[in-house]
Amino acid sequence: MPEVIPDDSVGLVTPQQFHSDVPLTLRSGRVLPEYDLVYETYGELNAERSNAILLCHALSGDHHAAGYHHMDDAKPGWWDNAIGPGKPIDTSQFFIVSLNNLGGCSGSTGPVSPNPETGKPYGPDFPIVAVRDWVASQAQLADHLGIQQWAAVVGGSLGGMQVIRWSIQFPERLRHAVVIASASKLSAQNIAFNEVARQAIAKDPDFHDGNYLEHNTIPKVGLTQARMLGHLTYLSDDAMRQKFGRELREGKLNYSFSPEFQVESYLHYQGEKFSTRFDANTYMLMTKALDYFDPAGDYDNDLVKCLSQAHCHFLVVSFTSDWRFAPERSEEIVNALIEADKNVSYACIDSDGGHDAFLLPSARYHQVLRAYMGRIANDVEKHS
Amino acid sequence: MSQTSLANLRADLSIIQQWVQPNSQVLDLGCGEGQLLHYLQEHKNVRGYGLEINPDNISACIANGINVIEQDLNEGLSNYKDNSIDTVIMTQALQAVERPDALLDEMLRIGDEAIVTFPNFGHWRTRLYLALKGRMPMSETLPHAWYNTPNIHLCTVADFEALCAEKHIRILRKTVLDDHHQEHWSINFWPALLGEIAIYHLTRRR
Repeated sequence: MPEVIPDDSVGLVTPQQFHSDVPLTLRSGRVLPEYDLVYETYGELNAERSNAILLCHALSGDHHAAGYHHMDDAKPGWWDNAIGPGKPIDTSQFFIVSLNNLGGCSGSTGPVSPNPETGKPYGPDFPIVAVRDWVASQAQLADHLGIQQWAAVVGGSLGGMQVIRWSIQFPERLRHAVVIASASKLSAQNIAFNEVARQAIAKDPDFHDGNYLEHNTIPKVGLTQARMLGHLTYLSDDAMRQKFGRELREGKLNYSFSPEFQVESYLHYQGEKFSTRFDANTYMLMTKALDYFDPAGDYDNDLVKCLSQAHCHFLVVSFTSDWRFAPERSEEIVNALIEADKNVSYACIDSDGGHDAFLLPSARYHQVLRAYMGRIANDVEKHS
Repeated sequence: MSQTSLANLRADLSIIQQWVQPNSQVLDLGCGEGQLLHYLQEHKNVRGYGLEINPDNISACIANGINVIEQDLNEGLSNYKDNSIDTVIMTQALQAVERPDALLDEMLRIGDEAIVTFPNFGHWRTRLYLALKGRMPMSETLPHAWYNTPNIHLCTVADFEALCAEKHIRILRKTVLDDHHQEHWSINFWPALLGEIAIYHLTRRR
């Protein structure tokens, strides 16, 4: 809880809502007749509308990326360390738009929203949305805000996939793409992790085939397990060793099956915290969007051909200890961009933070981000 | 660095830039802060990528709008396709890589042409230093002691040309810079002795 708002914070922010009456035909063929997107903005849009940055969130993120909603908030937004006046994504230079994606559970239309046809929550009937559907809805939001071309689209992990999709779906609508700790498609191992997480949720007796809200319950146990699994894959072996080692909660072995090691109780805590804030159907949907993402699929499985569609400049960033979205996955993107003759820079940041490193404020990561954003700011000036 | 002029370009780089065709594509191995790429981009409409491992150099390139790829030359260049680049450049790094011979092969696999610069270990001052002091030569160009030098594969102009001959690499042109890093007419009488920095333009093209 901030006693006073720090100088480099965007301060108190109020989420806004965009309602679209334009029906959205999804990749699955289903149609969303109308939808809401909740979003926040930081900084000021310049007169030329040339300094706008779209921020795309990852699996469990939402629109609240920076600042505080209330003075008694325990924590600021999920990427507050990078967004603010004087921070790497400098709000004194840029107008940043951060939204909650379709299918989310933080205010945008998703499984907990009422289905206009039945008046009841969509629940498991909410259509499975793909990354391209998110990008299409984000383009609607851009139209609504009067932004014809983003100075940059930025995202990590699943957010990075949206950035890649933007670059080929609306090549004229962005000048820079910042793809962090991401991949052009998930590996079999990654899909397998997602399936174990989904099964943990689906097999929870409180899941009721996704209709848990009608039964006035939530699949807390399943969601907790899903998050515990997910969370541990976002950490590196080294980081876990340093943070927990083999430390025992009570300093001795109890010869019982309840959590005894610190790492166990940490995972339980993280899982349980998540299970009460996040919707299980949204988790199922988001992991499906990850699994399905493979933009080269539309281009004879040729990533070079796929990325040849792009016109923007790229910055690709990976982290050495990230084994869920390993540097090799980022390098596949970089190599394809080079072969496609695109402008690209690539940095592989030395970090023991695992996949989570893309949210952490390591000095070199922020140096790279700051350097690239500074360059984008110079481009904005040239445009003005 | 928005106005990189010829005057403040490093001496070897100002020669190299003359050897690069306008509107071509280059790969600069160990590009530093990207001075050469920046100059080529601004003045010759050259497109290119720099490879670098030093974090501060990488950030400098990014800030200056240079395409920079974090990649260690010692781990190979297998991610670049055959004949995909017009000119592959490597300045003052040949002597510091694990296998200069293999890297030279790679440069000419990827590029139609290659430009290489290295400190000439056969420079008269180096020869004199070893002959008189009996110690591993140190100079402004080679400032490190034998035990901590990154320059693990130093060679002379004659050594380098022997390697090129062995590999059937054609030398398109060459020049040397003297100890003031100037290209002076007089040193071309005896470049192997008077040149401190050697610059070679190479190809496999017949």
